[in-house]
Amino acid sequence: MVDADVRLGLSGSDLAIRNKTFHSALTMTPGTLEGISHRFLSVVAEHGLQESVVDFQNCNGIPSFTVTPDVIEACLSIAKENSGYDLLSDCFGVDRLAFSTAHRFEVVYSLYSIQHSDRIIVRVALALDQPCPTAAGIYPATVWPEREIYDMFGVEFTGHPDLRRILMPDDWVGHPLRKDFPLGGEEVEFSHNVREQESK
Amino acid sequence: MQNSDLMSERSTTFPAGIEVERQHDPDSGADTMTINMGPSHPSTHGVLRLVLELDGENVVRCTPHIGYLHTGIEKTMENLSYYKALVLTDREDYLSNLCNNLAYSLAVEQLVDVVIPEKSQVLRVLLNELERIASHMLWLGTHALDIGAMSVFFYTWQDRDLILEIKEHMSGVRTKTSWICPGGLRGDMPSGWYERVESFLNQFPKRMEMYEGLLSNNPIWLERTRGVGVLTPQDALDAGLTGPSLRASGVAWDLRKSNPYSGYEQYEFDIAVGQYGDVLDRYRVRMEELRQSYEICRQAMKRALAMPGAPVRTNDRKIAPPPKAELDTSMEALIHHFKLFTEGYHPPVGEALGVVEGPRGEKAYYVISDGSNRPYRVRIKGPSFYNLQALPKMCEGRLVADVVAMIGSIDIVLGDIDR
Repeated sequence: MVDADVRLGLSGSDLAIRNKTFHSALTMTPGTLEGISHRFLSVVAEHGLQESVVDFQNCNGIPSFTVTPDVIEACLSIAKENSGYDLLSDCFGVDRLAFSTAHRFEVVYSLYSIQHSDRIIVRVALALDQPCPTAAGIYPATVWPEREIYDMFGVEFTGHPDLRRILMPDDWVGHPLRKDFPLGGEEVEFSHNVREQESK
Repeated sequence: MQNSDLMSERSTTFPAGIEVERQHDPDSGADTMTINMGPSHPSTHGVLRLVLELDGENVVRCTPHIGYLHTGIEKTMENLSYYKALVLTDREDYLSNLCNNLAYSLAVEQLVDVVIPEKSQVLRVLLNELERIASHMLWLGTHALDIGAMSVFFYTWQDRDLILEIKEHMSGVRTKTSWICPGGLRGDMPSGWYERVESFLNQFPKRMEMYEGLLSNNPIWLERTRGVGVLTPQDALDAGLTGPSLRASGVAWDLRKSNPYSGYEQYEFDIAVGQYGDVLDRYRVRMEELRQSYEICRQAMKRALAMPGAPVRTNDRKIAPPPKAELDTSMEALIHHFKLFTEGYHPPVGEALGVVEGPRGEKAYYVISDGSNRPYRVRIKGPSFYNLQALPKMCEGRLVADVVAMIGSIDIVLGDIDR
């Protein structure tokens, strides 16, 4: 839509367009929980994947679908291409140690549709050390958040283009947001304890 | 002297601490150089480190390294009661404290299912728009400073300080007020507060004219920003951009319009949408946003002044503390006060998303409750985290001097990225 070399073609008339006020009126069309769910689930059923949607949750008005890891790519692709969820709002991990031992981690994809002004959540439940297929091919915005989940929870993403730690140092041991990672801090290095710190 | 000698001569003149690596690609004959920009470079707006691979003046590859400001706020919040965790929200994106307060409060209020009084809704909107102005003032000053327009910085700092004084007047604290809390506001506004906001608003349109006069038609400014760092709508959506940066690319999406919270549907305002998605459009969109925020502030002021003495906190004593005066006379009030600040409240098991349109984009708090008095998991979506993802796409193939303009134009805050 916009050429990178637009600056070369710019003229006075272009500035005039820019100087026109550029307001936009948005329409509000909040859908019902059933409506939103139907828009996603009907296409999922068309693709014969309804068996893979293992759980439904109402997260205070946002429908949330838990799918099995093998179909997460297909489900996200359906959400993006068929149901209009064009923006990845957020992607994060949850350690469900207190809730379930079989499914230790959850990877949550929170999606937003600009056209419909609504959200859905698609999530996968994973066992400890179970890898998750990456969604970077469908939503390129997941590249960094998936790195963060890998960093904070130790979930491996298969097929991820650049799976490295992102927030913690590269030589860090452990995954801080796991529930079994202790809260204790590191002793800060000051002049009075620098010797002890260095000898550790 | 031979050319190569000149090069090696020059390479020894880099200041101490700047490491430069040179690579030669025998196939293309290109000589590239890898340099570190940051983490303590002033134009990286905090502690962002970019590893730039340069071919002469052109950026071949840009790799951002983040995490220098990571303080584990999400983990810490999991270990505090809901009421206490609020103060950490001020401290992640330290330039939009009240917007973070609101996003967290909206999530917790959904979990505990509490309805808050009308006046606190109005004041939340007013405070959020003031915060947006303060944040955009800081962005404008530093962005212009990066590009070389020094004086704008001094003026915008004055305006930002006026808003910090407004916050100080209401809470005694200049930035991290925690004034918006689950259940409403911490307290009503003290006397003289509205007059102070009024006097700030009265002089603001003139200041905006001055900023526009300093920059909008400045040929150097236009030359440095026009056509630089172009993001198509598809690029922007792919990177997960939100807020003014996304709107500058021509995607008309603003949470205040599309999913109104705190009664934003009752205010008349427009949202600015760009069409080229370059640095200039991002500047213009934010400038228009400042004017629209001013309009919202005016309307909110009118509403708030029409409700003198109305409550600003829910009457549900399980969620919000009783008024201080009641503690002397009422045994229940004393018990509620004690229980709230020691144990806190236990929302039912569930999950809730609190989301606001912050100055930098969609600010979201996802709170998961396991029925205890502490959140089981708090996820903070920092818009800057996603906005920064678009930087390599913007600057690869462009000049290294434009990188600072692009960093400024996406208005990142490292506290928001690293949390």
